[in-house]
Amino acid sequence: MGVMEGTKQATYRLETGGDGQATLILTGRLDRDSVASVWRQSTRELRELRPKELVAQVGDVVYCDAAGISLLMEYRRIQEDNQGRIVIRDLRPQFQQLMALFELDHMVSPPKSLGPVGTAIHNIGQWAAELYCDFTAQVGFTGEIGVKLLKTILRPAGLRKRDTFLMAEKAGVNAMGITALLGFLIGLILAFQSAAAMEAFGAEIFVADLVAIALFRELGPLITALVLASRSGSAFAAELGTMKVNEEIDALTTMGLDPVQFLVLPRLIAAVCMLPLLTMFNLLFGLIGCGVVMATWDVPVSTYIERIRDAVTLGDVFGGLAKTFVFATLIAGIGCLRGLQTGTGPSAVGDSATRAVVSGIIAIVVADGVFAVVYYFLGI
Amino acid sequence: MADQPIIQVKGLTVGYDSTVILRDINFDVREGEVLAILGGSGSGKSTLLKHMIGLKKPLSGSILIDGTDIVTAQGQQWLDVLRKIGVAYQSGALFGSMTILSNIALVLEEFTDLPREAIEVIAQMKLKAVGLQAAAYKMPSELSGGMRKRAAIARALALDPKILFLDEPSAGLDPITSAQLDELVLELSRNLGLTFVIVTHELPSIFAVADRAIMVDRESKTIVADGRPKDLRDRSEHPLVRQFFHRRLEKVDA
Repeated sequence: MGVMEGTKQATYRLETGGDGQATLILTGRLDRDSVASVWRQSTRELRELRPKELVAQVGDVVYCDAAGISLLMEYRRIQEDNQGRIVIRDLRPQFQQLMALFELDHMVSPPKSLGPVGTAIHNIGQWAAELYCDFTAQVGFTGEIGVKLLKTILRPAGLRKRDTFLMAEKAGVNAMGITALLGFLIGLILAFQSAAAMEAFGAEIFVADLVAIALFRELGPLITALVLASRSGSAFAAELGTMKVNEEIDALTTMGLDPVQFLVLPRLIAAVCMLPLLTMFNLLFGLIGCGVVMATWDVPVSTYIERIRDAVTLGDVFGGLAKTFVFATLIAGIGCLRGLQTGTGPSAVGDSATRAVVSGIIAIVVADGVFAVVYYFLGI
Repeated sequence: MADQPIIQVKGLTVGYDSTVILRDINFDVREGEVLAILGGSGSGKSTLLKHMIGLKKPLSGSILIDGTDIVTAQGQQWLDVLRKIGVAYQSGALFGSMTILSNIALVLEEFTDLPREAIEVIAQMKLKAVGLQAAAYKMPSELSGGMRKRAAIARALALDPKILFLDEPSAGLDPITSAQLDELVLELSRNLGLTFVIVTHELPSIFAVADRAIMVDRESKTIVADGRPKDLRDRSEHPLVRQFFHRRLEKVDA
């Protein structure tokens, strides 16, 4: 073995004898690296040669690992494909054990795929079925929440108050910073952008009207709802999803504690209570942002406040805030539903959180559109 | 060559921040040995394992794996040490988004130049060795607990390591499956000459597979016993070791 010590390579020689016989002589090391270098060429040559009987001489193989065995397995498979035979000769005893452990009788092939058209049809069908199930689940869930919410309102002692306050803190109080920042920047940007158009008419002072109405009616509630959806909607889904995966939801159920009552309602109530407050906070900072821009144009603060008071009606304020109750219900409801629907597997919780945010945002925007139409007809 | 220890743990102190869990541990593992690390829950045996496979850095001491200190190894040296070890985690830790075959093929694809067909053959060979070839194209979520552990062992074997670390291989398995797993460990140890380090507290497993057992203790923060499992059971004077082996033994006998 001393002679071979320096050998890091594997070499092979394919010799043809008469009568469809061939001898394949392998020498050197058969490890991961060396097998990689001889695999392609040797298997191709063997495929082309199609010998009836192949003798694989492996007596001079000084080292062999699983990769080496796999090469021999591949030769054998090629021989079987070509209706030939193979004899593996002189494999050293220490490698024979490896062979015994790893020898394959056959290869397991991957399950047959349906082909592109079949897959497409399969996916469309699956998508439609899922959509239907999703819809019925949401209707059912909405009804369940409605009934249980009503029960809780009639008998508030059944509500987990500590959880509700904790959720209110997480979803509301902890979101104050980001809400304020977003409100301030939106107010600032909106004022700045509209100023260019207004300036042309010498009507900078009306920027206050524009920004205030936009914020109160539309942007304030919408942006705060988006913050809630992305911060808390996803968190609800992830929390409930993790509990589902850990069988905690099952544990609650078998203890006779209703998961909806126990987990969903505190979150829903916390969200519904917090979103209007957050929205007001957001609006305050939006107006401050706008005010900063106005101040740079030397508009006195009192004038600015006066403008806002004139421009914004009580209808605008309450119309905007009324939306937030609906938005909060949608976000919390969807977040919790997605959490409870969590499947199994490592990506399930992440999928639920993503789905919660995506469907939450879509629901918010759709609801906002409905509100716009309703308000238009009501003349608010 | 066979007497050269493949793992040398020297003066190892492990813990979190200021809490010391194990203090000044010393032991060797010889090549081809099946070592069981025993201890009650919370005794630090899993922590010890995490240090031996380099996931956690000790407070002090060194762990030589085939001559290289895994504590200080960096870069290529670090990767070389990792090639020598395979780890099967307690719950399998199979990648849930991949088939069993892809789980095993992953490291082969990343670390070798082998062609795709070769990787597939090797992966199926490893699966065949643990008796799971038929499940090659299944997802981890479709497997039972015992099959997952087998698959985890197959994955740990992917790069032909010299040392295999198993974290509680029989935890949560029925006695039959557990015995099959023990059989697999023995077979791999016999046929491949692998060194095993197994964290466990399953007595039947310990007697079935382990050449040697060490026992760590939370109170004294050290190794309280080191020897053949039978000797520990029959001859140890240490109260904890006696408790460990006998209390449960009584239950098993009954």
